[in-house]
Amino acid sequence: MSGQIDAPPRRRAGRMLPRMTALRRREALTGYLFILPAGIGLLAFFVLPTLRAAQISLTHWNLMRPAKWAGFENYARLWADAQFWDSMWITLCYVLYNIPVQTALGLLIAVLADRLAKSVALRAVIIAPYLISNVVAGLVWLLMLDPLIGMTNSFLGLLGLAPQGFLSSPDQSLISVAAISIWRHAGFTALLFYAGLQAIPKDLYEAARLDGASEAAMFRLITLPLLRPVLVFVLVTSIVGSFQVFDVIAVTTQGGPAGSTRAVLWYIYENAFQFSRMGYASAMSMVLFAILVLVTLAQMRLLRGDRSDLG
Amino acid sequence: MKALIPALISGTLLSAAAHAEVAVDYWMWDSQQAPVYRKCADLFEAEHPGVKIAITQTGWNQYWTALQTAFLSGDAPDVFVNHATRLPEFAANGLLANLAPRIDAAGYDLGGFHPGLVETWSKEGAVYGLPKDWATVALAYDAGKLAAAGLSPEDLADLDWSPEDGGSFQQAIARMTVDAAGTRGNEPGFDGSKVATYGLVSNPFSPHGETEWSYLAGSTGWRFIDAPWAESYNFDDPRLAATLAWFRDLARGHHYMPTAEQTGKLGGETLMFSGKGAMSVIGSWQAGLYAQSMPSVRFAPIPAGPEGRSSMFNGLADSVWSGSGNPDEAWAWTAFLGSDACQSVVAESGIVFPAREALTEDALRAFEAKGIDMSAFVAVATPETTFPFPVTDYGNEISAIVRDALDRLMLGQGDADEILAGADAEIDRLF
Repeated sequence: MSGQIDAPPRRRAGRMLPRMTALRRREALTGYLFILPAGIGLLAFFVLPTLRAAQISLTHWNLMRPAKWAGFENYARLWADAQFWDSMWITLCYVLYNIPVQTALGLLIAVLADRLAKSVALRAVIIAPYLISNVVAGLVWLLMLDPLIGMTNSFLGLLGLAPQGFLSSPDQSLISVAAISIWRHAGFTALLFYAGLQAIPKDLYEAARLDGASEAAMFRLITLPLLRPVLVFVLVTSIVGSFQVFDVIAVTTQGGPAGSTRAVLWYIYENAFQFSRMGYASAMSMVLFAILVLVTLAQMRLLRGDRSDLG
Repeated sequence: MKALIPALISGTLLSAAAHAEVAVDYWMWDSQQAPVYRKCADLFEAEHPGVKIAITQTGWNQYWTALQTAFLSGDAPDVFVNHATRLPEFAANGLLANLAPRIDAAGYDLGGFHPGLVETWSKEGAVYGLPKDWATVALAYDAGKLAAAGLSPEDLADLDWSPEDGGSFQQAIARMTVDAAGTRGNEPGFDGSKVATYGLVSNPFSPHGETEWSYLAGSTGWRFIDAPWAESYNFDDPRLAATLAWFRDLARGHHYMPTAEQTGKLGGETLMFSGKGAMSVIGSWQAGLYAQSMPSVRFAPIPAGPEGRSSMFNGLADSVWSGSGNPDEAWAWTAFLGSDACQSVVAESGIVFPAREALTEDALRAFEAKGIDMSAFVAVATPETTFPFPVTDYGNEISAIVRDALDRLMLGQGDADEILAGADAEIDRLF
């Protein structure tokens, strides 16, 4: 769009072009300088490790001896490894427990904060869990959810309800991990939605109200469509993050009980650092990476995340 | 500025040359013991001018990752504290110096170590570590809860057990279990759904069951493996299935012990300290913490099973990195760590039992001085009443398989024999 408008008329091209390109070049240089720090970070912490992992995935390497070339053996093994696919399934279940609740809760909190609560203190409370590290959150919940001495079961007891196993029960462990994660992330999701809500022109609501629209109708017809780019951002980042669930599991269940929380990243960690199978762990990481790229592309396509309904 | 850099470099080189000191890096994970070994290092440095011992202590969880990274970057410590679980893969990858030639050349006395310890760290004539301490297990109990159950310390001193009826051990557990209404596990009307104090508590069942289940499995005559470095395990043995089924029923049937769902990650320690548990089998390395956190704790020997008492006998060792740049000094330090001089310091610290058998009495006295009676742990530290930690290849993979199997068994997800046979078959496939 901008290219067409800025393009100088043909006739004056001869005189204008050298100055424009010089200016452009300087602007471009400034632009590159701005993204340079992030670019270095991206290169050093993402691109190079990814390439290295791809290289390691083609070897057998136990960290202690020089790597041995393995070709695609690790990938073939992965294909036949029932436990890997089981861990992918567990991860998928986790994503399905986590994302809908977290997103809906975040949206609800954001809309409530936008429409009702004007208190800064309240907004600070909403975001507070996000400021706690995952490990600390995991430890605190581990204590509170302890089946025998945790306060959660004491509360249930006061209400006359039976005590639950939570993280120690294979039927509840994954849901419990997801709940901890929702508790920690819903506030941050709400903050993103809240920022998105501020970008929606208030006159739209006023006009709608004049037309007699209800709060629910305004939410459905104005808020949701105009929030779509934010929604896509939230979904893409939280789904990718959710597929990579690790720290809460590492602190609370270590993949147990009976393997019920052995999500794919935990399985990769087990293979890399407990079984010293760096090649195999790297191969799994590459497959997970590919799956996440596909999931993200599909989301962008389906939700038209690069376009806004505004304007 | 340009002139400064060469000056700095030459300055560093000069000072390094002037000192000409050899620094021996020594890594360990136990923060409690770091000061003890610093004392040993001071004694050693006094005897070996020009050699400095640099002790680095890292928590257990980071220790092994840090060590592996250090091996990889060629920056590993000259000497480090080693655990039997890591021995096979370190040895197989040539990371551990074989100390046997140096032991022979120095005429170093291995006979003074507690029987069984050197064997754990040896393979086909090679010695990959010098023993530094040993550990057994004993029954920790709350003296107040014991008295309330109408039992005496003498009753606990002579417990027996069998997988069929649990023997007097099960009777004691039942009496010490109390429901919310105050009814005891052995009395009519006991409500297992509302237990206030469990007779027996433990950590979630770990693959080696050092403090959770191996003391009873071992008392039936069962052993993990038939010989060191074996290539198959005995997880499909009916004696093990019977033992674990007894534990499962103790929890799920009788409610004398928390079930797997009820045993949180916080484990037996927290349950004992919070008064939710009356008895728990613990390792000698935990005794200090128990005595500190729970003044009413006392220790009794583990119950005797069909084949008598049986505790896992596990000890740490000091290993020398094969890539050490100072192999002579590294050996000298390792030899000193295992010597009477340093082992006496360890004994007097009253934290763990030193590997040198003659110093056990000194350690007992040091514990005694802290008000801790450790005789129940020493009572089973004999070759007849112990079995070694199973050292084999694929230790970590086996742990993962057994952990899942034990989880399922204790959760009541199937028949004990079948679950264990499945795990045993999976382990066989590794070799």
